[in-house]
Amino acid sequence: MSTNKVIHALYNDDDILMDAVKKVKGEHHHIEEVYTPFPVHGLDKALGLAPTRLAITAFLYGITGTSIAIWLTWYTMIADWPQDIGGKPSFTWYENMPAFVPILFELTVFFAAHLMVITFYMRSRIWPFKEAENPDPRTTDDHFLMEIPVHDNEEDLKALLETTGAVEIKVVDKH
Amino acid sequence: MYQFSGKLKMLAIILMAVGLLGTVISFMNTPGSLEEAKEILAAQEASHHGGHGASHGGDTHHADAGHKTEEEHSTEHKEESKDTHTATEHKEETHSTETVKDSVHHETEVKKDSIVDTVNHSDSTHVAHAEGTHETPDHTEDTRLTDSLNGHVTEKAHANPTHGEGAHTDAGHHGDHHAEHAFHQMQNRPWSAVYVSLLFFLGITLLVFAFYAAQRVAQAGWSVALFRVMEAITANIHYVSVAMLLFIILTVMHYNHLFPWMAEGTFELGHENYDPIVDGKKWFMNVPGWVMRSIFYLLVWNGFRFIIRKKSIEQDNGDLKLHKNLYNLSVGFVVLFMITESMMSWDWIMGIDPHWFSTLFGWYVLATFLVSALTVICLVTLYLRAKGHLPMVNDSHIHDLAKFMFGFSVFWTYLWFAQFMLIWYADMPEETVYYALRFKEYIVPFIGMLALNFIFPILLLINSDFKTVPWILVIGGLFILVGHYVDLFVMIMPGTVGGQWGFGIGEISAFLFFLGLFIFATFTAFSKANPVAKGNPFLHESETHHYYIIEHRGEDNNAHH
Repeated sequence: MSTNKVIHALYNDDDILMDAVKKVKGEHHHIEEVYTPFPVHGLDKALGLAPTRLAITAFLYGITGTSIAIWLTWYTMIADWPQDIGGKPSFTWYENMPAFVPILFELTVFFAAHLMVITFYMRSRIWPFKEAENPDPRTTDDHFLMEIPVHDNEEDLKALLETTGAVEIKVVDKH
Repeated sequence: MYQFSGKLKMLAIILMAVGLLGTVISFMNTPGSLEEAKEILAAQEASHHGGHGASHGGDTHHADAGHKTEEEHSTEHKEESKDTHTATEHKEETHSTETVKDSVHHETEVKKDSIVDTVNHSDSTHVAHAEGTHETPDHTEDTRLTDSLNGHVTEKAHANPTHGEGAHTDAGHHGDHHAEHAFHQMQNRPWSAVYVSLLFFLGITLLVFAFYAAQRVAQAGWSVALFRVMEAITANIHYVSVAMLLFIILTVMHYNHLFPWMAEGTFELGHENYDPIVDGKKWFMNVPGWVMRSIFYLLVWNGFRFIIRKKSIEQDNGDLKLHKNLYNLSVGFVVLFMITESMMSWDWIMGIDPHWFSTLFGWYVLATFLVSALTVICLVTLYLRAKGHLPMVNDSHIHDLAKFMFGFSVFWTYLWFAQFMLIWYADMPEETVYYALRFKEYIVPFIGMLALNFIFPILLLINSDFKTVPWILVIGGLFILVGHYVDLFVMIMPGTVGGQWGFGIGEISAFLFFLGLFIFATFTAFSKANPVAKGNPFLHESETHHYYIIEHRGEDNNAHH
């Protein structure tokens, strides 16, 4: 089937790319992927990508970290072996709470940061020894690539992309 | 040009009038004589008796005493155990008591009769304690304030480590002393009410100006659209400075006793008010120095504000030389501001507790005022934008202001906690008294402001989209402003009115008066200049300022891709 075919349109300027994306979207073509050497502000909005929920996960991880820190300080310092260390009040957790705040804070940040990064890796499918998915090495340097799947409309698409200022257009068989 | 609407002007004038009236009433309601004060105390005793008994752990020694007179503290050597408030030891101690360390009980610690009334009221209640041996190393006494977090503050709240002598033999006079002491506190109350609001608005206005100068120094692009709003708010500094000057004059003329070190005889060896601790700080804490410094701060702030505002309006012609000139002036102001702000916080706030000191206090005061200042900028901007006077201000500007509100709320909390935790952890008596008093008498505002200043703003403003929703910002902003008013309240009041505090006509009126003054000053100034600082070379950058991640509600989204 021809659905394995995609068009790769290359651009050498992010402003031209943005206009091209808007134009292609305006013609109601689906854009499979855009490869850029650096973040292009507003590209996600132009592509209509849903906003990330990574910040929400980070907030939840942070709360988890706080809870674990509270449990840790309470269990070790108050419940398990409440010693008198330098006159600090170990009768209840909240009496000695100020001494625990640095730990609460650090564990909150630790959990929020690390778990969010791991979430990011998992959701983005990045790991060591992962095979790079780069259709054209120039996109890591100075070119921008837009990938559009072809559904028996190869000539239309080519004609459209010609008008958007693409420096190179090629039809590729995807395996 | 903006037109100061008649309605708003009327509101400002009504606020000022009501505030003035209420302030006068609160001054007239102050007890004029010791006898009146005693009657009030008797009434307080009748209504609070149970409460005090409970807070003292149901200790029987308190049953007959009722309220906390010095008498009690001097004759009772009570200690409290963890939560059962067990036995107390009742001893008459003499000078050598520091040799009597902990008794066998690890929970029971004997206290010497170094216990004096609260921190540092110079108003002659320390008469008896002043003489002799202040160098007594009474750090050996029980300094555990374990119960303080519990809400049960021990008698140590009243321990003044600097008066380490037991000369309380004449117990008969203590009732009078207590009444006299409370009388002075009651007399201080309307003054303190005015002073808290005065400092609150002075500090906010000053920090708006400092923030504005910092924006110029940083060559910030985003904030140019807000420059005239900030400048308008800083107009208030002239008005509150006049009030402050008046206050300074009245204070040094002994119309009030907010600063205990200004009391007569503090520096006179042999005088009943002689205070060797304060005497040691005489090189800094003396009336001529205090007045000169205070006036110097006001001159610097007002001078810079006047010149910068004038040149900023001139700059509407687009003169780039003026822009550089303003940059240099702002650099100069920021440097001088950092110095004067720190010293102002020592002179005007920390001076109320002259025995106590804290290194990061200046920063802490700065953080309080800075977050309030940013909130005020945000609220005034939201108001003016809603009225259609700030066409250049878009959601991105508001979002930036909200980020500052959020960030500096956290910064305030950081400094508050850093100051508190270091003192709580080391628990050195000469520092701990400060917090002991606050935990004992001010526990609700003291802990409540943490929720207002930290938890609510954090939860409301952590969401990026919320940072552009006006009503959420107004709610968050009100939390912040109320919280920082309370913060200042808890900085000032314990040292001036102690246990005689309240939030009544005097406090509300003073706040309303300065609020009215603020509205009047701000919007008058805003109506006097072009709402857009049109000569500023960064104006276009500010106009097209766009933070692309947020939802832009109800505004033209095409300014930028």
